[in-house]
Amino acid sequence: MRFCHMILRAGIALGSITAAHDVVADATILNVSYDVSRELYKDINPAFVAEWKTQTGEQLTINQSHGGSSKQALSVVNGLEADVVTMNQAPDIDILASRANLVSADWSKRFPHDATPYTTTSVFLVRKGNPKGIKDWNDLARPGIQVIVPNPKTSGNGRYTYLAAWGYALTKNAGSDAAARDFVSKLFANVPVLDGGGRGATTTFTQRGVGDVLATFENEAILIEREVGADKFDIVYPPLSIEAAAPVAVVDKVVDKRGTRKQAEAYLRFLFSPPGQDIIARHHFRPRDAAVFKKYAGGFPAIKTFTVHEQLGGWAKVQKEHFADDGILDQIMVRR
Amino acid sequence: MAGLTTALRLPGNPDTRYEASAATREKPWVKRLILGISLSFFALFLLLPLVAVFFEALRKGVDVYLAALTDPDALSAIRLTLLTAAIAVPLNLVFGIAAAWAITKFDFRGKHLLITFIDLPFSVSPVIAGLIYVLVFGAQGWFGPWLLAHDIKIIFAVPGIVLATVFVTFPFVARELIPLMQAQGREEEEAATVLGASGWRTFWNVTLPNIKWGLLYGVILCNARAMGEFGAVSVVSGHIRGLTNTMPLHVEILYNEYNFAAAFAVASLLAMLALVTLVVKTFIEWQAALNASAQSQKGQEE
Repeated sequence: MRFCHMILRAGIALGSITAAHDVVADATILNVSYDVSRELYKDINPAFVAEWKTQTGEQLTINQSHGGSSKQALSVVNGLEADVVTMNQAPDIDILASRANLVSADWSKRFPHDATPYTTTSVFLVRKGNPKGIKDWNDLARPGIQVIVPNPKTSGNGRYTYLAAWGYALTKNAGSDAAARDFVSKLFANVPVLDGGGRGATTTFTQRGVGDVLATFENEAILIEREVGADKFDIVYPPLSIEAAAPVAVVDKVVDKRGTRKQAEAYLRFLFSPPGQDIIARHHFRPRDAAVFKKYAGGFPAIKTFTVHEQLGGWAKVQKEHFADDGILDQIMVRR
Repeated sequence: MAGLTTALRLPGNPDTRYEASAATREKPWVKRLILGISLSFFALFLLLPLVAVFFEALRKGVDVYLAALTDPDALSAIRLTLLTAAIAVPLNLVFGIAAAWAITKFDFRGKHLLITFIDLPFSVSPVIAGLIYVLVFGAQGWFGPWLLAHDIKIIFAVPGIVLATVFVTFPFVARELIPLMQAQGREEEEAATVLGASGWRTFWNVTLPNIKWGLLYGVILCNARAMGEFGAVSVVSGHIRGLTNTMPLHVEILYNEYNFAAAFAVASLLAMLALVTLVVKTFIEWQAALNASAQSQKGQEE
């Protein structure tokens, strides 16, 4: 039958297209990462692959997966076989230990600086010329200002902005939680849309033209200025902000099963090495290495920062009080 | 479905008679208004976005366009999309024929329940479809520990993507065939059986020729959806570049990387698939109508 023949031929043609390819490599590792680190690892990976090749002669392939930090963590819990995770907040690695026992609870002691190779901070991106005169956190809570922030529930980026505002209010009001809560409520009342991730918020602000100010990571703000146009936006550094440290971990259960511990650990160590730190700094993340930081200091205006640990009592406390179901964040959002 | 029934309508239908007589004709302005509404709606919501996709894709020149499509990650996304469709469509083809056959040619209890279940993927959100598979096959799911122990990867790998695609494209072929086969009845198959044809022979020589255009139509719709599915696949994919990204997911990634030209280039491939689908669909409707009129002429001659 001609008709059936035709279908059969089409099937064979499709099969030959799809079967053609297989990547040959001595070893592969998968790095599951957060949303706005794509550009960084696009440069880190080839650099490490080259170094690993000269050191061991092994051809390594590094696969990448990106998405909202907490969503990615949940994928790993559900079985996404990540050899390493590179997130933007510690709770997203803690969950791998607590929910699925994939990493050991002391993961933050395995690498220097609590296993965080770089930091960034929350800053403001405003329309060119700063028409609304936004200079500090209290300007974001002013009536009539539209603030774009990703959802703190699903995005590490949004979470840091929330905590930065909270920490700011604590310093201004002699540590009063009630005053901080009042301030953050006012700020979030000014948020017209809550995007799921950092990139979504960027698109809302830059492409859809919504909002007077985008609160986001410093590296993201610099990237927007460069990619979308320095003639459209200005970056404003508030006098005080939060230190957002990006944690990394080897996923013990996966590397032991796949026999990739050696490669995975070397890969993460590379992030802390001078060449790795140099690439990090070029992507506008603040490197830990003092010499590298000095080299790029011109790109990192001095800003006073506090950590979650110092100012807010650590991630476990913050997670329980603010971000758990019916926590302070939920209460603020309902009131909104 | 609607296309086929109108195409099958016999010549000399009442529509033309209705238009020809001044007594039954609509007032010209009514006709123009209705036509205007539907055309402007079509232009605004369908044509404009389609043109925009190609415009954005080619805005930075043909070189950028071609570079975006030949990028290794884009090629692997295209390959995975084709592979997924190449598995999901034949599966649903076999299932669709079997289900339509069972429903229209046999009588059994629970027939209506089966019809209802076939429609389930249409009524369930694709995201739920993806989550179902995560709950069943994910590391924390029902079969997760067993799969892990036997080193079988389903979720966040190609099998999961194929499963999710099969789920969402499940009804297309069956839904297309059931009304067609119901309308055709069982007489021809019964005649073939009485004349001594085996089951297979009856299927190949009697049933298949009767349903082939409807079947092809269903396969094309099924294929279009299989290649374009986003929601369900997004949940089970794991988004590993070059490994588990399908074309729709790749478009999203590129868009999120400010790589608008490349995002629209890959999107234009999907749009072209839609256009090809439309052309083939029109061709099939035309062939089916031709067939129908030839058959009715044959009937009149006899």
